Amino acid sequence: MRKFRLIGRIDINNENVVKGKCLEGLRKIGNPEEFASKYYQSGIDELIFMDAVASLYDRNSLIKILKETCKKVFIPITIGGGIRNLDDIQEALNAGADKVAINSQGLRDIKFIKDAVRSYGSQAIIGSVVAREFRYSWEAFLDNAKHRSGVDAIDWAKSLEDAGVGEIMVTSIDRDGRMKGFDCKLIKTITESTKIPIIASGGAGNASDISSMIDKTNCDAVAISSLLHYKHTSIEKLKDSLSKEGIQIRR
Amino acid sequence: MKIAIIDYSIGNVQSIFNALSCNDIEIVITSDKNIILDSDALIFPGVGAYKRAMSELNKRDLPNILNDFIKTGKPVLGICLGMQLLLETSQEFGVSQGLGLINGKVIKFPKETKGKLPHVSWNSLSTASFNWEGGLLDGITEEDDFYFVHTFICQPSDPNNVLAYCNYGDQKFCAVMQKGNIYGCQFHPEKSSKIGLRVLSNFIKIASK
Repeated sequence: MRKFRLIGRIDINNENVVKGKCLEGLRKIGNPEEFASKYYQSGIDELIFMDAVASLYDRNSLIKILKETCKKVFIPITIGGGIRNLDDIQEALNAGADKVAINSQGLRDIKFIKDAVRSYGSQAIIGSVVAREFRYSWEAFLDNAKHRSGVDAIDWAKSLEDAGVGEIMVTSIDRDGRMKGFDCKLIKTITESTKIPIIASGGAGNASDISSMIDKTNCDAVAISSLLHYKHTSIEKLKDSLSKEGIQIRR
Repeated sequence: MKIAIIDYSIGNVQSIFNALSCNDIEIVITSDKNIILDSDALIFPGVGAYKRAMSELNKRDLPNILNDFIKTGKPVLGICLGMQLLLETSQEFGVSQGLGLINGKVIKFPKETKGKLPHVSWNSLSTASFNWEGGLLDGITEEDDFYFVHTFICQPSDPNNVLAYCNYGDQKFCAVMQKGNIYGCQFHPEKSSKIGLRVLSNFIKIASK
């Protein structure tokens, strides 16, 4: 039986957990290792570390955080943000990551995604779609939502699937950090246009946002941050509520 | 007690090292014949492509070393692709030869599978006809979930080699297999939270018997 996955998304800048709204106005809110351990102990199913500024300068601190976290957190860990070449992937996997999420460098050169899949397997590569809604469509953005790509977000998701990624994470720029619900239309369109597991990110404000989003989109996992970071609820309570709604999750 | 994790530059061996470190034992990551044969138990990891894994094993003469180790009666645990490599053949990208330590083959989830592939999910085990007590799955119940990520599944020829099944998309497949001192699990115990660590410590207990 398939179980819906709850993923803790921890955005990082230098050595701090950061969170903003619409991927902007990032505020420092804590220590990544502490957040990761706490979420693991409370029963989160997976973790994603996102380098929020895709820092050219300070990659080492993220790798250090990853190494330390992996000593005490025994669930799948993904790292994303600023993955530019196969060496970056190798370094992340060596440090203990199970998967890497790739967006910008893939948009610049789709062959990079194909090479990554060939070298490390589909299971290690998550394609990341960061999208903003326009009147009739969604556009894929790169460099942590700073630049437009000119590529349709749905087309980008399909290209990622064709290139062989194992999963796709869909982040709605408009909904990120606002805790007012997901862009269900975006997630549903991508879920229906592809056959691989889809992770929804951006907008979780409470348990019913998540359960109604699953209902509408049939996606496979959700990445949550503000909801947990600002202690609006606990993972235990969230799982209780989702269970009561009839959603299959790990207990 | 010394456990060796086979290193053949495929897969995330550091995670397995970290997970085993919860126990009071010596752990080495190696592909050296003498160190492997000198260990009390062996972990055989692996992720990614079957053919590439076999060629990396062959480069290091590991099929022969594994064979020698198994003859000593000490336990081996294959994880994920490591489990699949224990069988005779795989249908991944044509047909690839495996180690053939257990009879059977590796096939893709059948077309009728009512679920997305890869199977990326936490999922529970169901018993074959065996009692789990005292073995690799000691203390595990059918309520417990483990982390799976795979597209191919193991089909041991002898159903007696299946220690536990898992069900995904209406397909029942072999999740844990055992033949004598050779064990394999499709899920990742090192990534399955506390219940996965329990499986690893059960394995260490088997090795210390």
